[in-house]
Amino acid sequence: MLKENFLTNPDKRGHFGIFGGRFVPETLMPALLELESAYKEFKRDREFKREFEKILKDYVGRPTALYEAKRLGEALGGRCRIFLKREDLTHTGAHKINNTIGQILLAKRMGKKRIIAETGAGQHGVATATAAALMGLECIVYMGRKDTVRQAMNVFRMELTGAKVVPVDSGTKTLKDAINEAIRDWVTNVETTHYIIGSVVGPHPYPMMVRDFQSVIGKEARAQLRKKGISRPDVVVACVGGGSNAMGIFYPFSKDKDVRLIGVEAAGKGIDTDYHSATLTCGEPGVLHGTMSYLLQDRWGQIKGAHSVAPGLDYPGVGPEHSMYKDSGRAEYYTINDEEALKGFRLLSETEGIIPALESAHAIAFLEKLVPELEDGSTILVNLSGRGDKDVATVRDIFKGDKE
Amino acid sequence: MNRIEKRFKRLRKKGEAALIPFVTAGDPKKEITERLVVEMAENGADIIELGLPFSDPLADGPTIQAASFRALKGGMNPGIYFEIVQEIRKKTDCPLVLMGYYNPILKFGLEDFAKRAKEAGIDGTIIPDLPLEEASDWMKVARSYEISNIFLVAPNTPSERIKRIVKASTGFIYYVSVLGITGARAELPPELSKGLERVHSFTKKPVAVGFGISRPEQVRGLRDVADGIIIGSAIVKMFSEVYEEKGEDEAIKEVASFVGKLKEATRR
Repeated sequence: MLKENFLTNPDKRGHFGIFGGRFVPETLMPALLELESAYKEFKRDREFKREFEKILKDYVGRPTALYEAKRLGEALGGRCRIFLKREDLTHTGAHKINNTIGQILLAKRMGKKRIIAETGAGQHGVATATAAALMGLECIVYMGRKDTVRQAMNVFRMELTGAKVVPVDSGTKTLKDAINEAIRDWVTNVETTHYIIGSVVGPHPYPMMVRDFQSVIGKEARAQLRKKGISRPDVVVACVGGGSNAMGIFYPFSKDKDVRLIGVEAAGKGIDTDYHSATLTCGEPGVLHGTMSYLLQDRWGQIKGAHSVAPGLDYPGVGPEHSMYKDSGRAEYYTINDEEALKGFRLLSETEGIIPALESAHAIAFLEKLVPELEDGSTILVNLSGRGDKDVATVRDIFKGDKE
Repeated sequence: MNRIEKRFKRLRKKGEAALIPFVTAGDPKKEITERLVVEMAENGADIIELGLPFSDPLADGPTIQAASFRALKGGMNPGIYFEIVQEIRKKTDCPLVLMGYYNPILKFGLEDFAKRAKEAGIDGTIIPDLPLEEASDWMKVARSYEISNIFLVAPNTPSERIKRIVKASTGFIYYVSVLGITGARAELPPELSKGLERVHSFTKKPVAVGFGISRPEQVRGLRDVADGIIIGSAIVKMFSEVYEEKGEDEAIKEVASFVGKLKEATRR
């Protein structure tokens, strides 16, 4: 059942229902208010919008293709039509760049000279470093020490584009700790620095703003489907870590009540173990990194470590708007474990010659569960949020290990 | 009037600024905190800020982060925290302020948390990730249990905001000396006095200053412009270093003597 409360925008203080808000040290409040008003101005400013769209077209390579994966469809029984939104074809190889271009333009407009970001898998870090190079701004990326080892190639890509990568040794040495460190930097350098958050998380206005920048994905897909004679898909599927690629493709369909929106979380080694990232499925509401959302936490409210074979899903929080969608029933959230995701990775590679990012492989893998439930001839839109180049070494090691 | 307000009133009469040391509860194990706090109270601490550790302390520098992780590793949680406070209360009447991030409080349940805190003997709270806009639920509960809710003001807080914050803040106002996170700094910003004056101009409530203060000479420089001086990382660091090297007794002794020197510096 759909409850009333799925609004277009959060309330004045950034709340999506009971979620969202601004839970930050006082020092950051002026910066968030400044950012919010700059963003509001941008939304009204045509020239600014033109600049954003021009860069997306000429530099990022938008619109990205919408591709009907017929052989994949056949492999899954041939009863449904499956369309892939090819965010893997963007410059830098994932949807992350849509947001970093938007935010870097905003940072420039606010007169900020220094850009900071956090990164887990390195995709957002690479997209931020790339955008900073494009604009000639100084860029510092915080990355958990463990992730710098797992994703060494992305560290090098960031360094090649002129960014400084700072390994973070506190806490679990992964994404959540990298965010803590980025926030600490921002508190210290708030007057000169803009913090480019990479997902629909963090304090208001980030969840709304990142969603808006990413909603180009859903808007394009909608228009592209229409050109193929499909007014609306029956189901939209995307993987959810923080949830930016999912929100980007969901949002333009959020008012179409007959379109099912499905987010796929990472079940890691299983949701009954301590090694997963299924925040919406297993978590409880709480406050982390400036926002109220579902969180993986213990009985005392300490944040738990997350796990997934896909480093981009490895986060114990999730966007506040997804949290609201879950409670209101507007979107459904399911899980796919590491093993299933690897099967999805292989399935798409073999049937279509497209190697997906391990994150996106979760969405692909879910199709195997979804298709048998649907009526014949249903149309499924899947966000292929990134390409798998960054993951091939990891996957090779896993497959090798399986053989031995 | 609760213990915090009474304490400031008495100190004003005596012409002293309040010395407010901070330690993380349960660092590195829960048995130590009670003794440490009581010793600090007996050696000149006017109010004691007692940290409730959190896994993601994003307003804290490396020193207090490390203390939080040590405490969590030692098994600290709000239940044990309140037991420690209860024991402390049997031995001293020194006002105690809980410093903690919002999520553990929220998870405990605001009403239950306030009730247990009050029963144990907590007089006020500082929640660094709960700005005015998000604080109304907690303020309501805290008020009904007569727990002071201490808000922070930063150097970049606009005047219009300061007005609203000082109005909502009870017990005292926590002025953050620098843009940044907690941690000792060699130099305090030259415009610090002006910043404190700005806050004073909007309120008669006591204003305490914290972040980056670590030495008696810095305390002397601030005692005329602030009603209270908060020292956190310097104490946490001294305690953990001496503890590692010479053990518990010596660490408590050295911190107590340092607190005595700092207190001396608050007398105008």
